[in-house]
Amino acid sequence: MSDYAWLIPALPAVSAALIVFFGKRLPKGGAEVGIAAIGLAFLLSVGVAVQVFSANVAAVAQVPHAEEEARAGTEVAGLGAPGGLLAAAAEPEEETIEIPAGVSAFVRERSVQLTPFGGQYGFEAGIRVDGLAAMMFLLVCFVSLLVQIYSTSYMQGDPRYTWYFALLSMFTASMLLLVIGNNLMLVLMGWELVGICSYLLIGFWWEEKANSDAAIKAFLTTHLGDVGLMVGVITMWSLFATFNIGEIIAAVQAGTQAGGAALDTGLLTFGLIALFIGAIGKSAQFPLHTWLPDAMAGPTPVSALIHAATMVTAGIFLVARLYPVFSASATAMAVVAVIGTITLFMAGLLAVVQDDVKRVLAYSTISQLGYMIAALAFSYTAGIFHLFTHGFFKALLFLGAGSLIHAVHSNNMSDMGGLRKFMPWTFWTFLVGSLALAAIPPLAGFWSKDEVLAGGLEAGGYTGWLLVVLGSLGGMITAFYMTRVMWLVFAGEFRGHGHPHESPAAMKWPLAVLAVPAAVMGFFNLPFGTLHSRGFAAWTLFDLEYFTNHEAHFFLPMALGTTLLAGVGIVVGTKLYRQVPEREPMLELGPVSGVLVNKFYLDRLSTDLIVRTLVRTKLANAAYWLNDHVLDRTVFLLGVGTAKLGRGTYTYADQRGIDGTVNGLAGGAGFLGREVFRKFQSGNVQLYAGGMFAGVFLLAVLFATAT
Amino acid sequence: MNGITLPDVFMLLVAVLGGATAILVVVSRNVVHAALYLVVTLLSVAGAFLMLGAEFLAWSQVLVYVGAVVVLILFGLMLTRAPIGPMAQHNEQGVLALGVSLALFGFLCVVIFQAFGDVRLILVPVTTAAIGEVLYVQWAFPFMSLGFLLTVALIGAIVMARREEGEGPEPPAETDADAGSRLRPHRPDLTTAEPGVFAEREQQVRS
Amino acid sequence: MAAVYPLIFAALLFCVGVYGVLSRRNAVLVLMSVEIMLASVTINLVTFGEIAKARGDVLLTGQVFALFVLAVGAAEVGVGLALVLLLYRNRASVNIDEADLMKY
Repeated sequence: MSDYAWLIPALPAVSAALIVFFGKRLPKGGAEVGIAAIGLAFLLSVGVAVQVFSANVAAVAQVPHAEEEARAGTEVAGLGAPGGLLAAAAEPEEETIEIPAGVSAFVRERSVQLTPFGGQYGFEAGIRVDGLAAMMFLLVCFVSLLVQIYSTSYMQGDPRYTWYFALLSMFTASMLLLVIGNNLMLVLMGWELVGICSYLLIGFWWEEKANSDAAIKAFLTTHLGDVGLMVGVITMWSLFATFNIGEIIAAVQAGTQAGGAALDTGLLTFGLIALFIGAIGKSAQFPLHTWLPDAMAGPTPVSALIHAATMVTAGIFLVARLYPVFSASATAMAVVAVIGTITLFMAGLLAVVQDDVKRVLAYSTISQLGYMIAALAFSYTAGIFHLFTHGFFKALLFLGAGSLIHAVHSNNMSDMGGLRKFMPWTFWTFLVGSLALAAIPPLAGFWSKDEVLAGGLEAGGYTGWLLVVLGSLGGMITAFYMTRVMWLVFAGEFRGHGHPHESPAAMKWPLAVLAVPAAVMGFFNLPFGTLHSRGFAAWTLFDLEYFTNHEAHFFLPMALGTTLLAGVGIVVGTKLYRQVPEREPMLELGPVSGVLVNKFYLDRLSTDLIVRTLVRTKLANAAYWLNDHVLDRTVFLLGVGTAKLGRGTYTYADQRGIDGTVNGLAGGAGFLGREVFRKFQSGNVQLYAGGMFAGVFLLAVLFATAT
Repeated sequence: MNGITLPDVFMLLVAVLGGATAILVVVSRNVVHAALYLVVTLLSVAGAFLMLGAEFLAWSQVLVYVGAVVVLILFGLMLTRAPIGPMAQHNEQGVLALGVSLALFGFLCVVIFQAFGDVRLILVPVTTAAIGEVLYVQWAFPFMSLGFLLTVALIGAIVMARREEGEGPEPPAETDADAGSRLRPHRPDLTTAEPGVFAEREQQVRS
Repeated sequence: MAAVYPLIFAALLFCVGVYGVLSRRNAVLVLMSVEIMLASVTINLVTFGEIAKARGDVLLTGQVFALFVLAVGAAEVGVGLALVLLLYRNRASVNIDEADLMKY
């Protein structure tokens, strides 16, 4: 089945093309093609996932002592609070686990070498299916399917309905390409493609300048990160002489680089940090996060798909894909951890002062992405598990927000209120999503966030403790602002205009369907012993040795602590917003509010400091001049040159050359006929006689000389 | 060749005379002058025959050609209203004609000298009796055919030149044709005979 | 006598006659040039007849042939002039250049 995994990105790509060409003629405007394709892709990905996960679980089962070790770890960690922490901090003795030969994580790689220029320069197009990829397939296809079903109702009546669905399919195909690619070139291709699709989708309603501005901001900011990504990819090439991810991982694990020399960790670190810069851009980490809130200008289903579950997770996916490479460089991991931690805390604070419900969710997304990134620095499984669960409940929250916006025709929470009685379905699903986001047990968010913090706790050191502290505080803030949203939106009296009503079926059912994994997904990765070795961690393991050495630990004290903090946040939020206050208390915090409302002045930084400096130093002018007079001129000259060439070809080659030849031939024939051969028919007898005599003379000469 | 003997001198004289007058025939601008030069040419040809020892042939030449043929030609000139007086007689093919004839002459000279340069003729005059003996005995059949041919030619010439009813050139009418232009924009009417451009041109040249 | 003298004389006459045939405008003059050519032919014949006699010809072929040519030439002039008269009668001109109805 995994050999056919290439169909998974291929199906949406084909459907995108079909929708572009035939969508307008179809009865449902192309939506049915898109939904059918992604549905098929989802079924395929389920099949692939079943195969991959079962293979991995079987591999784990063959490793002796793996389960025992897990159980031992749990017991040790379950002791009293300080003891447990101390015991965790002091690494327990580990026996070396022997992994039987021939047993390894499931990785299926299929590739074709494309060598269009014969032999030397080739391009590898291949798929790499392992646990991580299978998980991403499931997430992307599932969320994309639900978003497309939701969009049939949300985008109904939009004049560019068909193009929207084409873009959704195209985006899904690009994301799946990024996921499935087995070499960095394909990942880069998918990366750029999702950037383009994101730009097109954010600026979908480009008639409003704010929307197209937001799209450009998103594109430019992520592209700035892409510079780092490309530098990183090139560095990887220079180190390992290959783009293939498998080969890079193997080389790093063997400690060699291209040519057999020992691995240059300095260059490797540089390359990894450069790659991570790309991840910063795409996954909206500090400082390149400013585009994500503005990207909410796009349609809400787009936000649910792109900015909750898929595109923004591309950066995290990249780090996870190259995890063995990243773990070879402690410096890179430290950078990853610090950036992630800063992001999660800062974004959480910013979410507190937003009035637009989508912006709250956007900042929440940035914050959660920070969690994921930081988690990866300490534990592979924690990071991707949080990615997985977050995808579901954040998509749920966004679609719920879309439902609210659809009902109220406004994004702002000040226009909402008291919607619980009008929209119960939305209310309950939104509640589930919020609780999951706030990491309230036993919902999915609790388990995943807990694993993140446990990873940080276990690793210790500055970065680890930083993550634990800020992560817990961040959890409190998350709970606070989600509570704020819940009260402002669903309680009290309706502050808006018109009559809100529940959303149509196509919008309700995806909410319900998403609420299920948001609630229960956590139980697939319980960090307890045998459950662990048959759960998510086992499914997505990439290296048996890593898996057996990094057992999940459950620190009960810490879990209790974070839950408590979340409870505090809920209580504060309830207290402040239960009766909807006249003036927003968050804006009453004096200078703190000012800083938060201005988003830490980061936007001001980019516009005022950077842009104005560039303008003042005429750098921007110079760049514009260069673009206008050099690049554009080149293009213009090319165009003019081509036109001139065309005209020249027409005049000289065609008219004078070819036509001239033809005319000349005709003229020559005419000339010959008129001036030469006509004389032979002049009717003048003496001419004839003269010709005859001349002929006779020649014959005579011939005869005379021949004999 | 061995020295120039007396017969050679006479032959040369005759040849020079004949050649000169022949050239005069073909370049003369006056048609009657040309006819008269022709007489001298044919007489010199008769002289050449004499030098070669063919006396009967010489006298026949004088009788037939100078006597009859030239008279015929003169009559022809008169009947076709040939212009009496000098006029341009040559047409466009002058260059071609000159080239061909010169080339031919050169070629012939070369061939003759190559083939017969060292042949000497022994001149023994052939008597008329000898001709007669051969002519009526061995050459009888061609001789009679010749007579037959002459009869046919005579009859044919009479038939062709006979004047039909209503035919014949009209008296020349005073028409103003295209002034000296050789390029006629239209064909002349074939049923009536008009003096063509010829007559006008002749007026032009003369005036 | 060297044979080349009459032969060259004949060649000269022949070429002059060719020139006249090709370049004279009046049809009668063309006939005259033809006569010159015929004369040259007879001289040739007689000369070769003499050469043949020296080599054993007893039939006086040269001179008899020349006689025949003479007679035929005369007949030809007669017929030719009749043609010229006919031409004149129909075209009112003996200018050969004007007798070009057979062109293209």
